[in-house]
Amino acid sequence: MKIKSLSVPLLVCWLTAFVFIPLLIIVIASFLEQGEFSLFQFTFTLENYKELFSPLFLKILIRSITIGFTVTFLCLIVALPFCFLVVKSRIKLLLLLLIIIPFWTSSLIRTYALIALLKSHGLINTILLKLHLISTPLNLLYTNTAVMIGLVYNLLPFMILPLYAAMERFDFKLIDAAKDLGANSAKIIFKVLIPSIMPGIISGCILVLLPAMTLFYIPSILGGARSILLGNLIQQQVYVLENLPQGAASSMILTILLLLLMLFYKQQSRGQP
Amino acid sequence: MNWIKKSFQVSIYLFLYVPLIVLIAYSFNNAQYSLQWHGFTTLWYSKLFADGLLWKAFINSLQLGLIASFIACGLSFFASIRLITSKNQLRTYLISSILLFLIIPDLIFAVGLLLFFNLTEIPLGFTSLLIAHVSFCIPFAVILINTKLATIDDNIYRAAIDLSASYSTMVSRIYFPLLWPSLLSAFLLCFTLSFDDIVISYFIAGPEYDILPLQIYSRIKTGITPEINALCSIMFVLSLLLIVAAHALQREK
Repeated sequence: MKIKSLSVPLLVCWLTAFVFIPLLIIVIASFLEQGEFSLFQFTFTLENYKELFSPLFLKILIRSITIGFTVTFLCLIVALPFCFLVVKSRIKLLLLLLIIIPFWTSSLIRTYALIALLKSHGLINTILLKLHLISTPLNLLYTNTAVMIGLVYNLLPFMILPLYAAMERFDFKLIDAAKDLGANSAKIIFKVLIPSIMPGIISGCILVLLPAMTLFYIPSILGGARSILLGNLIQQQVYVLENLPQGAASSMILTILLLLLMLFYKQQSRGQP
Repeated sequence: MNWIKKSFQVSIYLFLYVPLIVLIAYSFNNAQYSLQWHGFTTLWYSKLFADGLLWKAFINSLQLGLIASFIACGLSFFASIRLITSKNQLRTYLISSILLFLIIPDLIFAVGLLLFFNLTEIPLGFTSLLIAHVSFCIPFAVILINTKLATIDDNIYRAAIDLSASYSTMVSRIYFPLLWPSLLSAFLLCFTLSFDDIVISYFIAGPEYDILPLQIYSRIKTGITPEINALCSIMFVLSLLLIVAAHALQREK
């Protein structure tokens, strides 16, 4: 029965050794040179970070950020009214379960499932052609649009669940109070509802924005040559070019972005239960 | 106004589920390339079951998922009970770092682990995959178990201490009987996570140990085929069943 009494130290050691230390190694490796025979050699350099400002990299970074923020924004504006309706619904447990199921199922499979819809002879084009809304099939698959559809499709539940949790804690009497005091709908939404559920909104944005930039298989399945995102770049640096220090430096951008978002979260959730 | 609300809600669910329903429908379509309906067939499923490479990957994934979930849930269960009364900093530190690990993108974690395995010369294959899968399952297991644990009355613990129950008696007579539905639910969810993981496994699987998601990924990249439709349908239905079971267990009073 040793395992029982050792469970806490074991858990702490496990997380330190296999989660914390690997994350620390990324920081260190991003300052090291690529080795000729090994993966890296212990010479300090800032070259990996300089490389991040090369035109090619900047282009991919800007595209990733644009697509990432667009996807996050789309998820948010869909999820906000949706959660509002679900929280007030009488069958909310069932409605929630139907969101949880895609949350846990393989996003690889769900991405693959989109191909049949987006193909030039796929479901969407067939329906649009039948309805005579278009005369030639739309070019959807292997474009940035397809990548964005794929990302929203995969990440929407990640926005809905934290938003829903935040809205469930929201006191809807506040809306009645605001109405009594003569606030219009816009004021109620932007001055009462949104500020109270801000922590939920930020958690949702963190859970959508970072995966949107890093789920490399979505652009590689649905996108074309011009839809490479940060995640694909890191995958190629590490897996194809075997330049781990460069890959580590690219991952640091994501880490910094994550830390900034978390600081924002801390600041916003101060003074809330 | 009401019908706008209803149709908005319905369209979100259609958006989430229509691709999956279409996928399952096509897996029964009697045509190799066409997306037109050519009649019902189970040919693709029988072809799938004759594929030795896939069976091997499936068995590997199953083995990996079961062992990883078992270790992750066992460790989290005993540690959570140990920590139940310690209001000390260790618990707060542990829970907050676990929440942090939950939001770190998989890709960063994958790069870190790859560097780590290279430095420590742990060979890429079953061992590296097991370490990684246990690591990303632990946060989920700890949180699922602790959510349930928080609903259990602290006085039960105090009463047990007063009656001089040992740690193992408390585990076997109090906490296991109360927690087993959540524990099983955590196990099922960890298994789904492990069984579906692609980003982390992609980096650290190594060339020898083939697992199902990676096999599917490499086949998807070569194009859409009815066999993959069938395979993905089975995988989807399997995770659907696991999730619904896990959900039902969590709700159990």
